[in-house]
Amino acid sequence: MSLADTATLRTRVEETGLLWGLVGLVALLSLLPIGRLVVEGLAPGGQLSTTALGKVLASPATWTATANSLVTAVAGTLLAVLIGGTVALLATLTDIRARNAFTFCFVLPLMIAPQVTALAWLQLFGPSSTLLKLVGMAPPLGSRNPLYSREGIILLLGLQYAPLIFLTLRAGLRALPKELIEAGLAAGASPLTVLRTVVLPLMTPPLVAGIALCFVSCLGNFGIPAFLGIPGNFLALPTLIYQRLAGLGPGVLSEVAILSLLIGIIAMAGILLQDFMMRRRDFRITTTSSAARPFELGRWRTPVEIALWTFAILVLALPFLGLLSTSLIPAFGVPLNLATATFANYAYVLFEHAASKRAFVNSFLMSAGAATAIVLICVPLGYFIVWKKSRALRLLNLAAELPYAMPGVVLAIAAILLFLRPIPVLNVTLYNTVWIIVFAYLARFLVLGLRPVISGYLQIDRTLEEAAQIAGAGLPRRLVTVIFPLVAPAAVAGALLVFLTAFNELTVSALLWSSGAETLGVVVFSFEQGGDSTYASALAAITVLVTVGLMLSTTLFAQRLPQGVLPWRD
Amino acid sequence: MARLTIDRAQKRFGSYLALDDVSLDVEDGEFLAVLGASGCGKTTLLRQIAGFDKLDGGTIRIGDRLVSSAETHIPPEHRKLGIVFQSYALWPHMTVAENVAYGLTVAGVRDPERARRVAAALDLVGLNGFAERRPGLLSGGQRQRVALARCLVTEPSLVLLDEPLANLDVHLRASMEDEFARFHERTGTTMVYITHDQAEAMALADRIAVMDRGRLLQLATPSALYREPANTTVASFIGEGMVLPAAVLSAPQAGRCRVSVLGVEAVVRCRPDQALSGQAKLCLRARDIGLAAADQAGVSAAVERLSYQGGFFRMEARPSAGADIVLHLDAAEPAPAQTGEAIRIAINDGWIIPDSDPLDKAA
Repeated sequence: MSLADTATLRTRVEETGLLWGLVGLVALLSLLPIGRLVVEGLAPGGQLSTTALGKVLASPATWTATANSLVTAVAGTLLAVLIGGTVALLATLTDIRARNAFTFCFVLPLMIAPQVTALAWLQLFGPSSTLLKLVGMAPPLGSRNPLYSREGIILLLGLQYAPLIFLTLRAGLRALPKELIEAGLAAGASPLTVLRTVVLPLMTPPLVAGIALCFVSCLGNFGIPAFLGIPGNFLALPTLIYQRLAGLGPGVLSEVAILSLLIGIIAMAGILLQDFMMRRRDFRITTTSSAARPFELGRWRTPVEIALWTFAILVLALPFLGLLSTSLIPAFGVPLNLATATFANYAYVLFEHAASKRAFVNSFLMSAGAATAIVLICVPLGYFIVWKKSRALRLLNLAAELPYAMPGVVLAIAAILLFLRPIPVLNVTLYNTVWIIVFAYLARFLVLGLRPVISGYLQIDRTLEEAAQIAGAGLPRRLVTVIFPLVAPAAVAGALLVFLTAFNELTVSALLWSSGAETLGVVVFSFEQGGDSTYASALAAITVLVTVGLMLSTTLFAQRLPQGVLPWRD
Repeated sequence: MARLTIDRAQKRFGSYLALDDVSLDVEDGEFLAVLGASGCGKTTLLRQIAGFDKLDGGTIRIGDRLVSSAETHIPPEHRKLGIVFQSYALWPHMTVAENVAYGLTVAGVRDPERARRVAAALDLVGLNGFAERRPGLLSGGQRQRVALARCLVTEPSLVLLDEPLANLDVHLRASMEDEFARFHERTGTTMVYITHDQAEAMALADRIAVMDRGRLLQLATPSALYREPANTTVASFIGEGMVLPAAVLSAPQAGRCRVSVLGVEAVVRCRPDQALSGQAKLCLRARDIGLAAADQAGVSAAVERLSYQGGFFRMEARPSAGADIVLHLDAAEPAPAQTGEAIRIAINDGWIIPDSDPLDKAA
């Protein structure tokens, strides 16, 4: 073989090696866990049997939890559509001021962990509310916190996921060509008529997509039903699984596998329904032009702005004031004033409590590790998906979405099944270590990092890579010297999304944690379950500060980002 | 320096034949322009030569080395050629010097040799004070020069230029055209220049390959292309040629023959082996025809449109013998005839399009 042939061969080996390595990795992270779960549901312990299936399906608890899950998810979604839809229309189509600041505040609840939101709202209401006591409006002692109920869960799910509807609808509204609105106005229709007859019908696709996403998120949410439902024994599917798993006994794994498959099936049904609805009509928009000029609200502008900001303060500031005030009192029930206020709770969770100290390190390292690994996977993965148009990887792109579309408990149970026993050949046990959580983070959040990287690639002129290729650079060198620097802003945005989501999550780690491998979410949860609301509040307040701080830091490099990759940036 | 040999190259996108049996040969050190309207396949051809896409049939050789065929595909990074992209494709995260040095770094050339060659390349394009700038801060012309320096610093044997002037202002184009010509003279590199602008191609190229719908229509020197188009498509594409039905009345003598066109007889250029034919095609340029003198034979026609071109008029006239034909000719100021008036047009020169051209499959 000549020198040139050897070089060509090496290039081919490098490229195909990288491609198949990525294919294997994505399959390992996405297809394997779901596949393992299905196997367990059909053949518990490796033997085809319907005993577990029959037992689960015959249990009344299963169907109560399913009904509870469905009711809260559907009602929560409806509430989210109502709130998120209205706000999206007002904030995108009209000429309100300070849009960026408002978007940031409105989207913030989405970035804050559901269990923290739940905790904050719990601290706001109820007889021991430090804040209500401060203003003398606390309900009488002994009365029940009104949030410990089905309605409480629905309210918080709706508020938590209204930003999802807001985001998808706003993206759709932005893509709406202004001619379509102007043609309606020119035909003599009033702005409200145009809204009803042109804008809303064309917004069906993003709205339906948002609804599906919101439904799946509500269904899979663990933090809110755990904090609000478990005390009142109102169980949804994720909390039922959690309780079953806590009372670990023989055969329980097969039962929770079947329960999590049940959630998976309901989630899939929601997504398929979305697909079906989209096929029935043509929503394609033909022109592409700049975004519509906002409708002038005129004398209504100030009242609308006041209404929007009041709402933002009600759902954002008040609960967190509740959280903050509880975190500053020495013991639950003590009123907050200058004499009682203390930072002792913060000192305790930061410096004294062993599990809490570990949780900071664990959550930080696991989130940062997952974010870094996901960027390192996503940059070459995006390259093959977008530029090489590799068919195998486009299928895997869909596969990568799977663990995120599935509720978190489903993935957690799948990870337990995969790693309960030592990995064959290697003989390493991941169960009861941090690594099982890291695996679950990688699988679940891969798609969060992948989406911004893909939009980053779509923005780059490919000739930049081709020029490097012509200069003689092979793929590994091109990736390092040319491609990575060019997609870096989008990749950093993706890494940040992964970090924040993992840093705040509870759903996955609630089922996978072990002593020594606690996460912040788990510690907040166990403080609250043990009645230590003050510690829980202090810890939660810290995570909120870290989250908001990181979100604000993105303004530093926002100019270099493709539009829409960071949800909280307008 | 290297020859480029393309033999019966074929490329399909689905059912669409983007390259249809294209064969061409570029001599060592030649400047070849590939000319055609957008969608004619010229960019596909460039991407095949560069190796960005795989060939479905035929072969491409650079020098003696087979680089592309249905079975063989040498990746672009091992073809040792240079490209100047239409978008310049300068890396925004590197300085001008780093952009230019990239190919040398990849090839393992180290400082001080590398620094010396980068400085020499920047010197050559007149950008020696710009080494530490970022490409984003340069003007369009300067970016083009950086791209040129980056392409030439590794001394590739073959340079491909993909519409390099398309993104420049009109006044910058002329000076960059000169620059390319000087470069070619100085380096003697084989160059393949893709363009849709015939003036650019004519001014720069040793030979021009005209492409249409994935086929190579004609490969000839600019002058041959203009004076002796091989088929009707080239005849009408190049220099706004008019193609008229004609009858060849006499055998060629000293490269000319007598023809009958639009009811008059004329003597025009033709191939030495041109056969007598009742169904020949005559290619006329605006400069081949003019208003007939009183004693000259002429095609009677009616003036349809006059447009002032600065110093002269472009006159469009419809011959009474051919209702679907429009002749255009140049007329000096002041306008010799007004719209609607009858004129007589003399045919002073022309070219009989060879009727059996193997390249023109569609005809």
